[in-house]
Amino acid sequence: MPLPEPSLWGLIARGGRLDVRCIHGAAHSLALGALAGGSSLDCSLEALAGRAVMLATADQFTAALAMLELDGIARRLVLCPPDIAPEHLPLLAEIAGIEAIVSDDGAGTRAIPGTVAVHCRPGVARAGPDRTPRCQTEWVLLTSGTTGLPKLVVHTLASLIGPIKPNAAAGAAGAVWSTFYDIRRYGGLQIFFRATLSGGSLVLSSAGEPVADFLGRVGRHEITHISGTPSHWRRALMSGATDRMRPRYVRLSGEIADQAILDDLQKCFRDAGVGHAFASTEAGVAFEVNDGGAGFPSDYISRDGEVELRIADNSLLIRSPRTASRYLGPGGDLRDPDGFVDTGDMVERRDGRYFFIGRRGGIINVGGAKVHPEEVEAIINRHPAVLMSLVKARKNPFTGAVVVADVVLRPNGCNGAGGGLQSEIIASCRSGLAPHKVPALVNFVGALAVGGAGKLARRDA
Amino acid sequence: MDTRPIDIQPIDIKPMDIRSVILAEFEKVAREQEKNLSSLADDTMLLDSGLDSLCFAIIVARLEDSLGFDPFQIASDKEFPMTIGEFIEFYEHAAP
Repeated sequence: MPLPEPSLWGLIARGGRLDVRCIHGAAHSLALGALAGGSSLDCSLEALAGRAVMLATADQFTAALAMLELDGIARRLVLCPPDIAPEHLPLLAEIAGIEAIVSDDGAGTRAIPGTVAVHCRPGVARAGPDRTPRCQTEWVLLTSGTTGLPKLVVHTLASLIGPIKPNAAAGAAGAVWSTFYDIRRYGGLQIFFRATLSGGSLVLSSAGEPVADFLGRVGRHEITHISGTPSHWRRALMSGATDRMRPRYVRLSGEIADQAILDDLQKCFRDAGVGHAFASTEAGVAFEVNDGGAGFPSDYISRDGEVELRIADNSLLIRSPRTASRYLGPGGDLRDPDGFVDTGDMVERRDGRYFFIGRRGGIINVGGAKVHPEEVEAIINRHPAVLMSLVKARKNPFTGAVVVADVVLRPNGCNGAGGGLQSEIIASCRSGLAPHKVPALVNFVGALAVGGAGKLARRDA
Repeated sequence: MDTRPIDIQPIDIKPMDIRSVILAEFEKVAREQEKNLSSLADDTMLLDSGLDSLCFAIIVARLEDSLGFDPFQIASDKEFPMTIGEFIEFYEHAAP
């Protein structure tokens, strides 16, 4: 039998300085060194060795500890994001052949008959466990589909940490990372690994924590690197609390980063690098763009390296060692016969750059002509009074559907939420878009709903 | 989270008002879409009015917001309007 690869804990221990590197939650902090001398789990690691384990803690702080402990021990580790519908858990557990469920509420509300309940505490007890790797762990992430059962996406530690250059990603050891994402989703998990593997610390948000409080905490820990979706960032800008932190690097991923949000963040954090990454749970991290522009240079398509890009029918396809390998249970083929993952993210080439214009499934049909909501939002968001927008379809007897927009104005940006501003926004769309793409109506709203994965909540058109 | 539109006022519109609201919307959309309105007489065929289907789509969407209803989504014994007069009547007939 081949020897297991170094486990996550083994890689972290190589970085040293475990006593000064911490994971900070809202209520608890723990130095990584504490895990060398104890365990957060109420059973021995031996009891979970080679088992299929579901991580279903309420808090992401305990989830972080359990992930550090169980890579190299469990055969399979299924990460449940906090907003997963409880009624989906038994079926997901059955598909993944789950034998033990790790939770942190003590009440066993997530217990499933036929599985062992393991409790994870936000600290350590017991004598230092034997952290010798027993097996290579399959990491299983759940997709953030809006309805129905999420898909189970299979990664390995190697595919997940593939994008991370040891000690280079953070610029230097001693970086402090944070993320608006939950670390049980792909975008957040990337930050968890970057923080723990590059010699840094990590500040985690807490469920229900107001944005301004989180940003204050992030500032007190003097974070250097922070990531989120464009929707997360717009909410942060709206909170008026961005001056509480001074990051060196601001990162966006998970949604299309349009020029307006990139410019806003650069204005807000003048001394920081602002970059966006293209990544998805299935395709992994494909590339980062750090030149300040939206989209990506078209020569990325022909670049040498371990990530190959291809464009077919305007959709971006990715082949790399960082993609997931397969779905567990139903879900179809994750890769095509050539090994490419079709992202379903549609691109359009303009002036030597590819721009993301929307999702394949999100197209609105106006009298037979196609509209990607995101391309309209990108134009609306350029208006100086606009903070964010959501473009959607409204049923129509003449064209099947028309495009309408819900718009959130900047705080103090403009007081006149009247017809003048609506006409201005429509006029700016008319100058930048084909007539059928121009919203028939612009409604001003107080806020837009953002889902658990930090993305604007879109209903199917 | 409050996602309600903040600029919609409930409207109590009488039939005469419906006519003027509709005609004003025709003119506004024609201006925006840079179309030449031929005439807004009651017997002008919608197809001859100078407006295209995208214009009508926009007009119907906006009228739904300003009048508070969309007669095209309400079961009706009226036939699909062909003239401007029928279009106005279609709305007046469906008014709550």
